[in-house]
Amino acid sequence: MQCQICNKNDATIHLTEIADGVRAEMHICEHCAQEQGIAVKSQIPLNELLSSLLAVQPSDEELFGPDEKGDSTSCPHCGFTLEQFRKEAVLGCPYDYEIFEKPLRRLIQKAHNGKTTHCGKIPSKTSTGTKKQIKLITLKQQLEAAVQSEDYEMAAQLRDKIKKYETKKNEVDRSQ
Amino acid sequence: MKLTDLSSDINEWFSGSGPLADIVISSRIRLARNLAGYKFLNRCSTDEKSEILKKLRDVLMSLDLGDKIFYISVDKAPPLNRHFLMERHLISRHHAFGKGPRGVVIAQKEFFTAMINEEDHLRIQVLKGGLQLSKCAEQINHIDDMIEKKVSFAFSPRYGYLTACPTNLGTAIRVSVMLHLPALKITGQIEKFFNAAKDMSLAVRGLFGEGTEAAGDFYQISNQVTLGVSEDDIITEFEKSIIPEIVEYENAARSQLLSEQMDLLDDKISRAVALLRNAHLISSQEALFLLSHLRLGLNMRESMGASSPAIDTLGTLSKQSGRKGKGDGLSIATINRLFMLTLPAHLQLNYGKTLDATHRDALRAQIIRSALNQGL
Repeated sequence: MQCQICNKNDATIHLTEIADGVRAEMHICEHCAQEQGIAVKSQIPLNELLSSLLAVQPSDEELFGPDEKGDSTSCPHCGFTLEQFRKEAVLGCPYDYEIFEKPLRRLIQKAHNGKTTHCGKIPSKTSTGTKKQIKLITLKQQLEAAVQSEDYEMAAQLRDKIKKYETKKNEVDRSQ
Repeated sequence: MKLTDLSSDINEWFSGSGPLADIVISSRIRLARNLAGYKFLNRCSTDEKSEILKKLRDVLMSLDLGDKIFYISVDKAPPLNRHFLMERHLISRHHAFGKGPRGVVIAQKEFFTAMINEEDHLRIQVLKGGLQLSKCAEQINHIDDMIEKKVSFAFSPRYGYLTACPTNLGTAIRVSVMLHLPALKITGQIEKFFNAAKDMSLAVRGLFGEGTEAAGDFYQISNQVTLGVSEDDIITEFEKSIIPEIVEYENAARSQLLSEQMDLLDDKISRAVALLRNAHLISSQEALFLLSHLRLGLNMRESMGASSPAIDTLGTLSKQSGRKGKGDGLSIATINRLFMLTLPAHLQLNYGKTLDATHRDALRAQIIRSALNQGL
């Protein structure tokens, strides 16, 4: 492909600009890019990448799946909407993770190599019930991974552990 | 506590000590936390931000960290002071030039800082020289536990610690290691390092973090994935696998320069010495670039016992070069001091007033000349 400006050199820089929802493409050579003052960033900070990913998504359906209404929902606690998230790349309050759980899940998966469940430090103040809930979530995720990798022996062990945990949890719930 | 008490010297983590310190400048661990019961900062009013600031400031100032701690109101600090704190890695660029009530709590020895009202309500960090991630982890975990006894953080069983940006969710940990990789750069292998880092979902940033250039061949490498992997696993991978591997590549590139490209290496070092010892105007970028080559030569002489015409010349440079110069020739500590003390805000704070770019360049050149020419 030839450079659209000098029509001589090969176009090595391909720019996609989206302004007011209109998509424009430009294919230029390095020399013309420099003359036009277009700096090519070799590394993009993750936040920028995230907001640009969000900005390029052509429709809510593609981004959030066919069942989501997308922008119309707003958080009753902070009034935040997905539209605002798309612009700012930060959420409005901790409840947004629940309110927008489904639409955010794909983004969270993308940002964290497919992971969607916490694994790590738990605040010391966390109640025993919540700690068990966390353990249960982790076990279920491990079970899913074991099934996917066809490790059925491990899957059976995990299934038994989950059953045991669920029984214990129910006992705790009943006693409370 | 005055900022000039800090600005006249380098901080402990940049003093050239710690495991693998010739290549690994520093290890840093940062945790992001948000108070339960409050909105994230972008939805908070100024009053709410002030309330969060006061609450966290009171908690942090009451902690026993085994060192004196002080507080700086970042939004009220003059731009030069904010810039200085950023150069010192005590606050981020975002915190330095953000909006609204915000502050930072700093341990005098600079191993710990806590940014209040940055992107999240609280971002605490522990910094140490060389590769010391496990020690950083132990210390920051202890500090986090002390804070958690006094406040409750937003936490969900599924997502872990809840952060304003979903990219920090979960452990909300950012493990960053600052590396000096001049030989990989000179031998044209730095792109390989970028690509390998990208494949492993690691971020590579410049000297001052997000959005900054890799000046002076310094690179910060950090984790991006914070959810679904434990703090221990992230830290162990960095400490036992990722960083030692990069250090090995840099050392291999240094050996390659010595055995196969000595003219190229000597040219870089000799030009750096000549310019730094004679220039009368020198920009911050140029100083970082040239000092980097000097640091490379000195490290190769000290750690590898390397010898080449240019490296041997470094040994004849001032015996009293800089306050902390020890032994024969120019020391790494002196070079590290020059790196930090000639940064724009450091220069101006130590000079006692703001200076335009030309005056800064002249002052910088003068400081470097005198450090490198003394005693010759």
